[in-house]
Amino acid sequence: MTAPALSLSGRATIDGSPLFGPVDLALEPGGWTCLLGPSGVGKSTLLRLIAGLRTGVDFAGQITQAGGPLDPASIAYMAQDDLLLPWRSVLGNVMLGAELRGQKGDRARAEQLLSNVGLGDHAGKRPAQISGGQRQRAALARTLMEDRPVVLLDEPFSALDARTRADMQDLSAGLLRGRTVLLVTHDPAEAARLGHRIYLMEKNGLHRLDPPPGTPLRAVDDPDLLSYQARLLQRLRHRAAP
Amino acid sequence: MTGRILNALLVTALLLGLWQALVTLADLPPFILPGPVRVAKALWNNAELIGWHALVTLTEVLVGLAFGVALGVVTALQLAASPLARRLVKPALVLTQALPVFALAPILTLWLGYGLWSKVLMAVLIIYFPVTSAFFDGLMNTPRGWLDLAQSMQATRTQTLWRIRVPAALPALASGLRLSAVYAPIGAVIGEWVGASQGLGYLMLLANGRVKIDLMFAALAVLACLTLLLHVAVSRLCDRLTARMV
Repeated sequence: MTAPALSLSGRATIDGSPLFGPVDLALEPGGWTCLLGPSGVGKSTLLRLIAGLRTGVDFAGQITQAGGPLDPASIAYMAQDDLLLPWRSVLGNVMLGAELRGQKGDRARAEQLLSNVGLGDHAGKRPAQISGGQRQRAALARTLMEDRPVVLLDEPFSALDARTRADMQDLSAGLLRGRTVLLVTHDPAEAARLGHRIYLMEKNGLHRLDPPPGTPLRAVDDPDLLSYQARLLQRLRHRAAP
Repeated sequence: MTGRILNALLVTALLLGLWQALVTLADLPPFILPGPVRVAKALWNNAELIGWHALVTLTEVLVGLAFGVALGVVTALQLAASPLARRLVKPALVLTQALPVFALAPILTLWLGYGLWSKVLMAVLIIYFPVTSAFFDGLMNTPRGWLDLAQSMQATRTQTLWRIRVPAALPALASGLRLSAVYAPIGAVIGEWVGASQGLGYLMLLANGRVKIDLMFAALAVLACLTLLLHVAVSRLCDRLTARMV
């Protein structure tokens, strides 16, 4: 699997009034691109545009993949809500994609992925029977099951407690290695920890920032990382002030 | 559970006591309002007759329910699957509700005769709309996130319908079914009032005409029990259907 470069440039309007733009976003091929910004600036909209999902905005611009047109079949999507179907078992949820395409799912692989995310003993349970952190891990296994070179993550860890969030970041960074990942987040620490590339999206546009030293996944107690995320937070707060 | 049954029995006993007290204290003649004891006697003495007519009504209700629910479910699926069907069928569906279904009873009897089918059709007409509308609403209100996920997985429309939208709409269908269990007997009895030679509705009219008001009340009590039992049975079924959805 070769992880393609992916880029988006253009502007978006809602009923004629601008939401964002013009912006230029280029995802790091085979690495993590973190899109950081306050709520309501259009981060998720940007991600949904790339995913080909309904946004309700008018987008004028282009999205290219490896220089050519976007291929929706190469993209997996994971949201803040785990989106597990409550009437299916955890294993059934992981195998959902193949069934929705009318194909036969690879059960052995799904079980392997579940044990990779530490849910090997929970395959037969229903989503309501496992914790929030476990549900998000099941969603990660479902995303991995799709085995796509591009993975779009829309704040997938933001509803988790601090410890579970850090665990999920470790797990995802390991399991999604080598894929082109776009992570939308409002958490400067998360962006600093995971990003090969970091973009800051604000009302006045999209800014590409220099990432902190070192390569992801960066240690949570790395002093460089801590001072970087502090500066990032300062910048976010400063910009948010009137 | 036993507590709930005990409560229900207590309330029933209280209501029966009030009923008897009203009859005794107001000295109402039995051809206006017979007391519960008198009605119980009529029920006992005419058990076979009432049982036979109840069986007829129950058959009409069950057949009506089966057809009405099946038709409603199929219509809702069609509407949900096809925008063209929505444009063509939905206005007609709403229009049918502008017509009081009760007013159709004499016509149905004229067309289908005094037998089973005019009552079945009456029940079908009454429950068709609640079932269709509840299930259709459920199908059209699938949580957006699930549909996004399906789209990102390149799901086919058919698979999305069967594996996500239909299961997600079952709780909505269940509320339609609960309503229909209560509505179906109304349809059957109205059909019997307009023209029938058997059934509890027919028996009530017959008893009324012969001033056997106690028999009329006995038939009414059996009808209420039938409806209640049907409601409980369908509710149980719906609970099992939706238990897995949360």
